[in-house]
Amino acid sequence: MAVSAGRAERKNAMKDLLGLESLSAEQIGYILDVARPMKNLFTRSIKKVPALRGRTVALLFFEPSTRTRSSFELAAKRLSADTLSFTASTSSVTKGESLLDTAKTYEAMKVDFLVMRHAASGAPELVASAVKAHVINAGDGSHEHPTQGLLDIFTILEKKRKIEGLKVVILGDILHSRVARSNLWGLTKLGAHVTVCGPSTLIPAGLTDVFGPRVTVSTDLEEALDGADVINVLRLQRERQQGDYFPTLREYTELFGLTTDRLRQAKPDCLVLHPGPMNRGLEISSEVADGPRSQILDQVTNGIAVRMAVLHLFAGPEGLPATVPDGKQTAKAVQTTFKALS
Amino acid sequence: MTPSTSVPLLIKGGRLIDPAHNRDEVLDLVVEGGRVARLGKNVTPPAGAHVMEAAGMIVAPGLVDIHVHLREPGQEGAETIETGTRSAAAGGITSVVAMPNTQPAIDSATGIRFVLRRAAETAHIRVWPSGSITLGRAGEKLAEIGGMVKAGAVAVTDDGNSVPDAQLLRRALEYAKMFDVTVMEHSEDKSLMADGVMNEGPLATRLGHRGIPRQSESIAAGRNIALAALTGAHIHLTHISTRETVDLVRQAKKKGITVTADCTPHHFTLTEEAVVRCGTNAKMNPPLRAEEDRRAIIEGLKDGTIDCIASDHAPHSRASKEQEFSAAPFGIVGLETLLPLTVTQLIEPGHLSWIEAIRRMATNPAKVLSLPVGDLAEGSPADIVIINPVEERTVTGFSSKSQNSPFLGWTLRGFAQVVMVEGRIVLRREALRPVSAS
Repeated sequence: MAVSAGRAERKNAMKDLLGLESLSAEQIGYILDVARPMKNLFTRSIKKVPALRGRTVALLFFEPSTRTRSSFELAAKRLSADTLSFTASTSSVTKGESLLDTAKTYEAMKVDFLVMRHAASGAPELVASAVKAHVINAGDGSHEHPTQGLLDIFTILEKKRKIEGLKVVILGDILHSRVARSNLWGLTKLGAHVTVCGPSTLIPAGLTDVFGPRVTVSTDLEEALDGADVINVLRLQRERQQGDYFPTLREYTELFGLTTDRLRQAKPDCLVLHPGPMNRGLEISSEVADGPRSQILDQVTNGIAVRMAVLHLFAGPEGLPATVPDGKQTAKAVQTTFKALS
Repeated sequence: MTPSTSVPLLIKGGRLIDPAHNRDEVLDLVVEGGRVARLGKNVTPPAGAHVMEAAGMIVAPGLVDIHVHLREPGQEGAETIETGTRSAAAGGITSVVAMPNTQPAIDSATGIRFVLRRAAETAHIRVWPSGSITLGRAGEKLAEIGGMVKAGAVAVTDDGNSVPDAQLLRRALEYAKMFDVTVMEHSEDKSLMADGVMNEGPLATRLGHRGIPRQSESIAAGRNIALAALTGAHIHLTHISTRETVDLVRQAKKKGITVTADCTPHHFTLTEEAVVRCGTNAKMNPPLRAEEDRRAIIEGLKDGTIDCIASDHAPHSRASKEQEFSAAPFGIVGLETLLPLTVTQLIEPGHLSWIEAIRRMATNPAKVLSLPVGDLAEGSPADIVIINPVEERTVTGFSSKSQNSPFLGWTLRGFAQVVMVEGRIVLRREALRPVSAS
């Protein structure tokens, strides 16, 4: 299988968004800058601009997802792209079609984007190497979920104005989490210190070898929260208990559930993020989820803006340039264009 | 096989390497009636003999590969006995041991007889069948090992699986000992392997793939060695892949436990990094490991801890490999790269001399399973490979029905030029066409 431009040739423009691992800090900053004018659109009564008119975005969701799919669909629609949806349970996949055949079928329909969610790590990379359309990874197995990483960073940036030097805690099932990996890549590239925290059975091997010295591992939540600026709580898959990663959900909550009490260990202005959907009372208490530090609903709003920026910036024939122009300038230009349209 | 030529053949001026007799010298060799008729210096061609000029060539016993998946019966789309043995011939291999994890598994005398009959009908080289240890390779009840041995099985193995139950494996070892048949174990603790798809470590973490810890092999290998000690039976550990397992085998041998081992060319050539470049063509079980393991495998080959090199040739169709990494099957083809990888990766860098390399590819594999091949004494079957040690070729495809290999595009040296089985030529490249003696 050929390695797509994302990883193999860093110097070239990037056709696909497969993960934050392959993006430079500048490219991440550029996408986030362009997400800002996108978000400004949401305050208007007409939230739609014709930036991607005539383009087609296929949403290939091989794994069930409501919020990510809705978010991408809305992002595409607000840019005036046509969207088309594919769900594995109602598709030819149930008739035994291979992943590559499905992808090539959509390619033959001349779609411009394949937004893809898949249970197997690396599946979007496999597709990206076989099609000319831009592949946007909407979450692959335990590998990456780059737009989630971007929207989390966008949310932090909005409130904290910077990423460098922040202490960010990622709490929960790190082993199986693509959200954790995308956050780790993005945050460390931008200079944050990340503490991953969870039961030792759910911390993958060699984590610090992969992400470097800015990452520390802790299995003591109170210690991890000490001085934290941000805490990103991951969703706990209840079936992990069946895999004996921990004895009971009760004990998990006892040790790793985020409560108001525990949150006192963090800085007073610590932000609380959660990619959703939440298990209230399991990994996060309702008081925290609905409390003043919670960014959870902002994350949902920001997700659309970030995905609009991604679709907009990858829409060129080459995709995202390796050397990006000044993000602020581009954002200004986008803003001006949108204003003219209103 | 093509009919044996009754015309005698003189292979002239080659460097003859026969590790069984510690021979490595320029010698002429006469093949007659399917056997090595004569060895000597400046031999006069017998009347009517063909002469093959082999100056600059290595003349060695045909290679013996004791771990090969021929896929027949059941998965003929990926390989058959015909195509698999054609691939072996192209790789300089004259004997293969066929693994029993076919569909259905070879777990009865009938199954062994089927493989032998199909081999007689279609094979280009010798096929030695192996039978499974347990019925259906399910790890629950012993298969009729006695009947299979009588029918021609040269080893028993549940390859692809370890025998999970220690008591059952103990019985298998004790029982197999009655028939002097070797138990070959794929050492793996399945509970620890779980849903792993590549070596556990930072790379698997980065790629989001489930890891297979090295201990899933060494735990099983340690148990297997302990059971060999308990029963006094010979156990052969196939495709060992980690430093820990090499150490365990080394220590067991020192204690006099009857254990032997083989490794694959991919485990002494590649590390897990190949997964990034080659995707599913670098997915196999045991998985490619870390650099320290690769080095330990080479050390094990050097000091004799690892007796044999075997391909673990595992053909899979393009469709089955062009899938998501976690969905694709384990295994790569290897018959045609075993010899050139050994030459390029082990002989050229000075890890093994030619004679020691041939010992691990022909002499020892035959000895481990008591096969009556693998040497070049006068009177031995004329199973011969002639190797051009310096000719360089780029691997562009295989005679196998399947092409799943991480070595496509590699430039290697040491390819087989002529291969014969019992004096019948099964592979001949243009340069070495024999001419009639004048």
